[in-house]
Amino acid sequence: MTNISDTATSDVEVSSSTVVAAGRRLRLARLRDFALVPAVLGVAFVGYLVNPVFLHKGNLILILQTMSEVGIVVLAESLILIAGRMDLSLESTFGLAPGVAAWLVLPNAPALGSHLPSWTGVPITLAVGALVGAINGLLIVRSRLNGFIVTLGMLIVLRGLLTGISKGQTFFNLPHSMLWVGQARWLTVPVSVWLCLALFGAAMFVLGYTRAGRALYAIGGNRNAARAAGINVDRVLWLTLIVASTLAALGGLMLTGRLASVAANQGNGYIFTVFAAAVIGGISLNGGKGTMFGAFTGVLLLYMIQDVLTLGGVNAEWIGALDGGIILLALVLSRITSGQAQD
Amino acid sequence: MSVASNAPAPVEETPAAEAHGITKRYGGTVALQDAGIVITPGTTHALVGRNGAGKSTLVSILTGLESADSGEVTFNGSPAPGLTDREGWRRRVACVYQKSTIIPNLTVAENLYLNRQPRGGGSAISWRRMRRQASDLLDTWHLTIDVDAYASDLNVEQRQLVEIARALSYETRFIILDEPTAQLDRAAINRLFERIRGLQRQGMTFLFISHHLEEIYEICQRVTVFRDARHILTDDVAAVPTRDLVAAMTGEAAPHTVPARRAGAAASEPVILEVEDLVAVPDAPRANFRLRRGEVVGLAGGNGSGKTQIAEAIVGLRKARSGTISVDGHRTKPGHVSSALRSGVAFVPQDRHTEGYVGGLSIAENVTMTVPKLIGTRGVLSTKRRDALARKLIADLSVKTPGPELPVSSLSGGNQQKVVMGRALASKPKVLVLISPTAGVDVRSKATLLGVVDEMRALGTAVLVVSDELDDLRVCDRVLAIFRGEIVREFEAGWADNELVLAMEGVGTTDDEH
Repeated sequence: MTNISDTATSDVEVSSSTVVAAGRRLRLARLRDFALVPAVLGVAFVGYLVNPVFLHKGNLILILQTMSEVGIVVLAESLILIAGRMDLSLESTFGLAPGVAAWLVLPNAPALGSHLPSWTGVPITLAVGALVGAINGLLIVRSRLNGFIVTLGMLIVLRGLLTGISKGQTFFNLPHSMLWVGQARWLTVPVSVWLCLALFGAAMFVLGYTRAGRALYAIGGNRNAARAAGINVDRVLWLTLIVASTLAALGGLMLTGRLASVAANQGNGYIFTVFAAAVIGGISLNGGKGTMFGAFTGVLLLYMIQDVLTLGGVNAEWIGALDGGIILLALVLSRITSGQAQD
Repeated sequence: MSVASNAPAPVEETPAAEAHGITKRYGGTVALQDAGIVITPGTTHALVGRNGAGKSTLVSILTGLESADSGEVTFNGSPAPGLTDREGWRRRVACVYQKSTIIPNLTVAENLYLNRQPRGGGSAISWRRMRRQASDLLDTWHLTIDVDAYASDLNVEQRQLVEIARALSYETRFIILDEPTAQLDRAAINRLFERIRGLQRQGMTFLFISHHLEEIYEICQRVTVFRDARHILTDDVAAVPTRDLVAAMTGEAAPHTVPARRAGAAASEPVILEVEDLVAVPDAPRANFRLRRGEVVGLAGGNGSGKTQIAEAIVGLRKARSGTISVDGHRTKPGHVSSALRSGVAFVPQDRHTEGYVGGLSIAENVTMTVPKLIGTRGVLSTKRRDALARKLIADLSVKTPGPELPVSSLSGGNQQKVVMGRALASKPKVLVLISPTAGVDVRSKATLLGVVDEMRALGTAVLVVSDELDDLRVCDRVLAIFRGEIVREFEAGWADNELVLAMEGVGTTDDEH
């Protein structure tokens, strides 16, 4: 009997100390989501010193508008990364989806015999996105091909398709319906900004408060455990790929609207920025880790630094080198402020 | 250790679980041949067998992860649900697998209710309700774990309790524990057993799988032995002495698992390994000890005692806070495995899966990994010499394999560990450090692995055995008990089990403040 009570007391002691330790870690873990907030504030302050215009409403909206298109792709990629996969082809979908729509609806474009009515532009864009995601899913989830190489192949194929249908030219004179999302404003703020914020908000809710969202973390964290818990891993992954590609198509449509055209290289090279923003924002490339708020601050930080440099009058020839430097700088910043090893 | 409760249950009761005439083939190999098991409700039933005997296959079939080619499974007399009815299976049987099914980045509460999180209005998860349900569940079973802790912050024991709690939350009355003690220290094992006894008193039934026969005598009432895909025997534990149990598992009369101890190294032998003022664990006192030529010394301690840190500092896997390590009079560079290797230290690491072998590479490549100089000239490897060396090690350690070209990942646990041991021996070391060398290996492999220690001793190698397994430590000339990074006591060979265990638990040492 004494033996049992001994074990019981030591048990309680052990666990009470763990509770304290765990509580401390929990607070830290919650803080991790906000790790980039100090960096964002810091860059805002530096921006103000460089040029007080930085904090003007117009400039802030401009930052949000320029980041909104890529921001949505970051959101899409984050969903996939959290589920433990990656999709490189999003940047090509970003260009191809509105490109196909333009090709089919424009009367002067060298499309099929007759062009489609202009209202179909937006649905076609989204449908192309969904289709690309479905093909990725077929190859990765159903056929169990390597996701990295599949999406790398898709990246090249889709880019080539866009060049093919556009003959390397730029589509313009697009129907109004395709421009609306990139050009309209609500309460003086572009619709694309509202849309980007709303989608991030929705993603935060889905990831935090629905079984489907939590399933992404479970799959990314331990695929077999997720399956053992009754999660239909394949279906969730497939759906995630489709949703993400559709989102990338929407992001592309927003850029198309803002620029009123689809260039053959639309989205070319974006994927690097997208991955950088996600990782800076605390999304783990190994899956199962990271939040949408983090991803949002990641992409925000990147575009703020870019804006500060522009305001600082940095020469355009140097922007390319600086873009890479910014990514490294933001990565270091987030490593310092979060105190977490990135993996 | 109450054996009093081991009274056999009445036989006429409907079995909690029964498998009958099960045959299962994977391609050409037969995993189970007309095997079966009958588990009486309210008992803890042991399932033992060497690696490859078919235990894991039976577990997969009993938990509905795979279907048998023939035969039937019943729970409480009614046939098992279809393979796709996961919910149905989950209500009848729960399993705590060897591989953790806990998701590290989620909280305890969410791990408990994954994919069935309680929802508030609409489809939104109510985190508040989930946390309350989780803490109610843990309270009901007297499990003191913080529901908000991330699973990655839990230790092995706590994770296992979460898995058990999850099983209980399905109101399952039958739980399979697949080698639950493999990664626990003695104190944790005792707590787990106390827990099992408590649950058993409340009518739970357990199927308990373990490589440690003494645990079976401690906790189980019935035992079933599988060998080579077949059912060999089922009986009351009390009716089967250890010797017979081992014989049933191996199919031959039991060898003495632990070789008889020889006389310790003479004081005249030169010192091979000298550890001076080593501080491997923060705030621990300095550790000093030396190993002479041909001496076998044990480093005994529970999980978290610091024994592993000390060992890893010696082999260069870890940089100690301070202190020096000399091999044959030469100091090794702290934190450099290559320096330790050069001066003649070889080791079997704590976790063979992460540090012991490269699964995709062949046995030959793995065992010769540390000795490129022996099998090549000027950076060009000779595959002939490599395979010859590998064949010799395979024979010496009786690794079960058709040849040296097989990838290590295709071997069973015991044979993988032999390969890791072979890798350590390939360099003909002066000092051999074995960290938990027999964790998760079967009885026969264990005897082979410990037999190697005696052979190395005869060759004049100094061996450091780092373990909390008494069987591992029995081959030692002396044993140093470690508690909180400190050498608390030294035992000469012939020590009493309970005294060593107490010393490892930190009982009876100078500081008693815990």
